[in-house]
Amino acid sequence: MPSLGADMDEGTLTEWLVKPGDKVHKGDIIAVIDTAKSAIEIESFHTGIVDRLIVPVGETVPVGTVLATITPPEAEAVTTAAAQPVTVPAGPVTAAAKAEAPPKVTGEQPAEAASPLIRQLARRLGVDLTAVRGTGRAGEITQADVRRAAAAPRPAPAPAPVTREKPGVAARQPVTPLARRLAAELGVDLAAVTGTGPGGAVREGDVRRATAAGQPTAPAAPLPRQAPERAARTAAERALAMRQAIGRLMARSKREIPHYYLSNTVDLTAVMNWLHERNRELPVSGRLVPAALLLKATALALRRVPELNGYWQDDHFNPGDGIHLGVAISLRGGGLVTPAIHAADSLTVAELMGSLKDLVTRARAGRLRRAELTEATITVTNLGDQGVEAVFGVIYPPQVALVGVGRPAERPFATSGLVGARPVVVTTLSADHRATDGFTGARYLTTMADLLQRPEEL
Amino acid sequence: MTPQQARDAIAGALRKIAPDADPATVSPDADLRDALGLDSLDFLGFVEELSQRAGRRIDEDDYPQLATLASTIKFLSRS
Repeated sequence: MPSLGADMDEGTLTEWLVKPGDKVHKGDIIAVIDTAKSAIEIESFHTGIVDRLIVPVGETVPVGTVLATITPPEAEAVTTAAAQPVTVPAGPVTAAAKAEAPPKVTGEQPAEAASPLIRQLARRLGVDLTAVRGTGRAGEITQADVRRAAAAPRPAPAPAPVTREKPGVAARQPVTPLARRLAAELGVDLAAVTGTGPGGAVREGDVRRATAAGQPTAPAAPLPRQAPERAARTAAERALAMRQAIGRLMARSKREIPHYYLSNTVDLTAVMNWLHERNRELPVSGRLVPAALLLKATALALRRVPELNGYWQDDHFNPGDGIHLGVAISLRGGGLVTPAIHAADSLTVAELMGSLKDLVTRARAGRLRRAELTEATITVTNLGDQGVEAVFGVIYPPQVALVGVGRPAERPFATSGLVGARPVVVTTLSADHRATDGFTGARYLTTMADLLQRPEEL
Repeated sequence: MTPQQARDAIAGALRKIAPDADPATVSPDADLRDALGLDSLDFLGFVEELSQRAGRRIDEDDYPQLATLASTIKFLSRS
């Protein structure tokens, strides 16, 4: 059971997408787990043959529990007769290995706590960190460990790490978690239900309609599309669990992080004009919203002020291994998730717009992926759509900064001694005073404002 | 489009982008985005859907006319 954030300590396995004997590649989606926040798709950290599914559907287990064993390709050839996978170094590696690795120093770090330097090194050398035994303090993986692993013969060449998955990797019919549970309760065969949600997603109402329509109620499909056996959490329980998870994390943030706050009013005239021109030419489906440009400026400004992009861990700042923007998305029915847009600084505005739409859709349909929930290096919150002028957010530990964007609106604004009505937006920064001082924070916000004056360069 | 077709198109578009929202509860002159809690992406999705159903392009300049149910129906049935 991988940890999907500093606030998660257990998860419920709701669906296996593989069965014993299936061949999986590193990065393939193999299961869906349900956390306090939402249903998350998790991928295999290894390539090989699924040996055994250890945790049954419906069971809630703590972070770090082995979910399944996967036999690497070579080992499989030699162990078919033995029936049991060997447990020597090249033996079955666990899907959850990654979750056991964190050097627990503060006690609550996210699972991928190998330092960014180590991760960069591992990536360069093609080493799979989940297979490396740490010899450092508290089992921490050191550079020497990575180099040793790189030198040693490996069971299989590690494929290039999947940093950005294309949407829709799994060509399965999307089903919202609620619909899935309901279908299990009512004994509805999901394969026979027509989805009306985004991307054909099956929603609660579709399942109810299917029962009303007198669809023959079949027992839940056999493996691997097995429905949860355990009576699922009710909506109220889920809402409470989410509030508690958010509460724990935010309390920790305010307890540990000495926040400082800055704000800046930015003239958006250039941005709005540019958008207006562009959108006139674009098909409706490719139309851009100001949020896409604001995200791009947020990311580019971080390139120039990298001190705000990363984590505060073990009493020092660890720079992020890329600019991965965690985007706060409110869920209908309450609560929020902050999935990441990876390498946002290198995406075009149109690509960012696409990523944003995709993330929002999947977050609300309960279809996020593990990497999206654990790898953000900074968070951006955009409460502007809810009509507020400015938002001063709470930092998501162990990140060191949070950027807030208010509602773009026309306001009196003085330029060259004249007051006129202009579209403006209030950008804010909440930052960790341990990692940076107000001077750096101010430099960041002004850099972002400068970038927004030249939207054509974003 | 007849007003009834426009109404159906709106209901269909809303079902798709905000399945939990019930347009029947929204008064014809209430601000749609506020009443249904639509953010800018939701609204864009709504416009996309409407545009498809109505078979015509809806520009940003037209957005003010999509503020309420009543004005949207009027806008769609005018063409």
